[in-house]
Amino acid sequence: MPRGSDIFLQNISKIVVFIILAFALYLFFTGHGSPGGGFIAGLMSAGALLLLALAYDIETVRKVIPIDFKIVTAVGLLIALCGGTGALLFGEPFLKHAFGYFDLPLLGKTELHTALIFDLGVYLAVVGVTMTILLTIGEDN
Amino acid sequence: MSLLHLLTLSPFLLAVLIPFLGKAVPRLHKGWFAAALSAFVFATLLGYLADVRDGSPIIESFDWIPSLGISFTVYLDGLSLLFALMITGMGVLVALYSIAYMNAAKESLTRFYVFLLVFMGAMLGLVLSDNLLTLYGFWELTSITSFLLIGYKNEKHRSRYGALKSLLITMAGGLGLLSGFILLYVMSGTYRIRELFEAGAPLVSHPLFLPAMILILLGAFTKSAQYPFHIWLPDAMEAPTPVSAYLHSATMVKAGLYLVARMSPIFAGTAEWFWIVSLGGLVTLLYGSVASLKQTDLKGILAYSTISQLGLIMSLLGLSSLSGIFDGEEQMLYAAAGTAAMFHLLNHAVFKGALFMAAGIIDHETGTRDIRKLGGLAQVMPITFTISLFGTFSMAGIPPFGGFISKEMFLDSVIEPLHAGVFGLSTWAALFPIVAWIASVFTFVYSVLFVFRTFLGPRKKPLINKKIHEAPLLMVLPPALLAVMALVLGLFPGTVAYSLIRPAAEAMMPIVTASGERLPMDIKLWHGFTPALWMTIAVVGVGILLALTVRRWMKLYAFIPRRVSINRFYDISLRFFEHITVRVTSLYMNGSSRSYVKYILGFMMLVLGFILYRSTDISYRVGAYAQIAPYEWVILLGLAAAALAVPFAKSRPVAIILTGSVGYLMTLMFVFLRAPDLALTQMVVESISVTLYLLCFYHLPKLRTERQAVRFRLPNFLVAVAVGVLMTLVALAVLGTNPFEPVSDYYVRESYESAGGKNIVNVILVDFRGFDTMLEIMVLGVASLGIYNMIKLRRKATDVGSRHVSHEDDESDDVADRFRKAQYGHDGPIEVPRKKEPWINCVSDLNDKAPEQEKNSDSEFEPEPESDCGLSDSDSEADNSRKKGGDQDA
Repeated sequence: MPRGSDIFLQNISKIVVFIILAFALYLFFTGHGSPGGGFIAGLMSAGALLLLALAYDIETVRKVIPIDFKIVTAVGLLIALCGGTGALLFGEPFLKHAFGYFDLPLLGKTELHTALIFDLGVYLAVVGVTMTILLTIGEDN
Repeated sequence: MSLLHLLTLSPFLLAVLIPFLGKAVPRLHKGWFAAALSAFVFATLLGYLADVRDGSPIIESFDWIPSLGISFTVYLDGLSLLFALMITGMGVLVALYSIAYMNAAKESLTRFYVFLLVFMGAMLGLVLSDNLLTLYGFWELTSITSFLLIGYKNEKHRSRYGALKSLLITMAGGLGLLSGFILLYVMSGTYRIRELFEAGAPLVSHPLFLPAMILILLGAFTKSAQYPFHIWLPDAMEAPTPVSAYLHSATMVKAGLYLVARMSPIFAGTAEWFWIVSLGGLVTLLYGSVASLKQTDLKGILAYSTISQLGLIMSLLGLSSLSGIFDGEEQMLYAAAGTAAMFHLLNHAVFKGALFMAAGIIDHETGTRDIRKLGGLAQVMPITFTISLFGTFSMAGIPPFGGFISKEMFLDSVIEPLHAGVFGLSTWAALFPIVAWIASVFTFVYSVLFVFRTFLGPRKKPLINKKIHEAPLLMVLPPALLAVMALVLGLFPGTVAYSLIRPAAEAMMPIVTASGERLPMDIKLWHGFTPALWMTIAVVGVGILLALTVRRWMKLYAFIPRRVSINRFYDISLRFFEHITVRVTSLYMNGSSRSYVKYILGFMMLVLGFILYRSTDISYRVGAYAQIAPYEWVILLGLAAAALAVPFAKSRPVAIILTGSVGYLMTLMFVFLRAPDLALTQMVVESISVTLYLLCFYHLPKLRTERQAVRFRLPNFLVAVAVGVLMTLVALAVLGTNPFEPVSDYYVRESYESAGGKNIVNVILVDFRGFDTMLEIMVLGVASLGIYNMIKLRRKATDVGSRHVSHEDDESDDVADRFRKAQYGHDGPIEVPRKKEPWINCVSDLNDKAPEQEKNSDSEFEPEPESDCGLSDSDSEADNSRKKGGDQDA
């Protein structure tokens, strides 16, 4: 789509992208207790960026987010791996997770779990993979 | 996690940190980190010496994946300790040597030291693990790092060829090894080496015993370059010299010997083991020593000499297995072969390490390794000369060096079978001393020629005016230490005999010490006038004679036929298989994603249909379903209508939108059926895949004009209908049959209790089946890189047109640079770099006339036509996401 061709889509998506991203963030954190999780959140964030790419064009996305998404994938995989390996240091088997309840300021009694670290890896990997594929195919002209 | 575990894993840890450390302290050569770490591990391992010497091995267990029974158990006995000390000790010296040898300005050292450290960790893991599967994992990791290090100078064609050769041969052996381990498991029910030792007699009489033995020996023989699998080792000399010294003489090639020694308690005492191991070793010993003489490259001489020496140790290991069937006095005599093997193992690491480093110094200072161009270096390089002298004399078995003692013990051991009278030895035992003696003569000749032709005599023409001087101190120090050690091992063998050699030999032959007594150590310089000494004297006499007249009888080598060589067989078979593979693959991989879908569906139908047809206890539930509400009817009808309309769509965008609407209606169904997770996933996946298609069409305008309306094709129609029917049947069967307690109950019960989550799907994904998820995101990552490469590389092939091969170029930096430009740069026309030749084809380049001929077979790899590519790629993406979505259904 040529640049600036759809002013409605562009203006709406400027706001909607952030709503989607915020929702993705919510899905990510709530994943352990209610519907959501790293995978869906990752896909949804990628969807938000995709919307940006549709409304504007890929160069804009590149300019706004000057990240190599292949590296995002790698970082995600590394976090997932480290989250699993971390258990080894406590004498537990690989990928064993722990959780506990803590009283945090503002949030009150909150459950914290190491699975979230692993989930963060999943999230980043999914975002990285999806965006790499989208941008690669989209840029191929 | 014990200290031993951390020691084993520490090289891996440093390998991860090396790139960052290199950035933090850019002025420090990265080799210092590797040297410091190996020195630390070496020193810590020395602390275990006392315990192991007294015969009490150290065992530390750590559950890796307990549900699969895979544990990472570290077991440190004499044998492991000897190897571990060799690995880390040589590691220190090689790292120090490489600091002087590897030029930081010219080469990427990060890569080098990362590979080297990973190798060191893998090797440590190999000799320390008690579990056959972890041992196998580390085993393959050593093969891979060896491959990477041989191919370190990947712009050189010979490096790539050598790397691929070593990988193919050692990996083939590795597969044999894995099968052998699995057979052992089938027989005994355990993967733990310690438990296998106790399995005993029922194992030996098992019908799978012999196949397991042969498969495991296949792994050991390929790794330790035994005839006829030795052909990869000479080509591996393309690696930088520190690597040759470390991997291809001191440590990795000895992994095969370690395995044979480690498995000895299980297999020793059978005729097959004795004959295969000892005869295989003997043939290799003779072949290596004879072939070494005709080499002209210093490293080539050392490579064949390594093959030969590995054969020597292998035959000693075979001979020592006789100790399993005798007892008393005789048992000790045969056990001495095991002691000799362990001692020679150490000696060989010492003198061969020194010689490789000396060869590296000569190469570094003169610029050539061709022995025909060298000569008279003794005046200018006195230290290197001394080092080489010590090394070669130890190798030739001349007193007072360590090699003399172990060679004497070897000769003693080959005479011993004359009195054995088992396994048909009464007829064939004479073979051993004769072959051993001939091989020793050749060993003597090439050793002497190695040092004298390089260092004595007049300077040869090419180097006559060159200013040659001694190498820097750091380069000379490691081999000098090794040379001194070769002398110390000869003069004071007691320093290692009781602390290292005896525990190692005892660990190899537990049967000898079963009664509680210790193995006698008979390692000393002077044995008296034994038959072995007379043999040595004869070796030296005949050897000097042959060395003096070498020019007259070297012509005999011309009679060895060139055309019938194992190398040639390797090249031809590789090219043959390459050809066949291309043919076969192109039969079904025709580049159209439509046919791939057909394969996948067809296979699914076959398997599922067969199972449904054969199973007798499956019942289909046809009635008693919940009421379908009117609004649900509407959605279902819409679903069916959209799905039916897809084949009749005239253009692709319409078809895609119709498919999308099927997906969105599905989402709605999920919502009504109260499955918010599925609904979310389905919706996001659907949105992304649909927009992906649209995005493709914006940027690929040509695609928008559909070629023609899709014609009706009966096979496709039948496949589609059959899949639909089958899936319906499966759905009905799933509802109607309930043979097991559903696993979902377990997850419902446990996900809050033991994982603290209420969202079962997510808990399963990240916790219960976290390992699956990790592998899945890894697959996703690989898929995305694959798509990236396919699209970025595709256009190059078409633009360049001809894919003519050229290997003189080193454009890797260049390519990366252009890539970055292509990715982030402006819209302008992108200059397209030339396609790099895939690895697999490098063999064919060996032959000069090959490229022309290869081009034809290459053409089958021609990239797919533009129109199909975008679609098939996005297909695979959608597939991935769908698969993931499907997983969430679980």
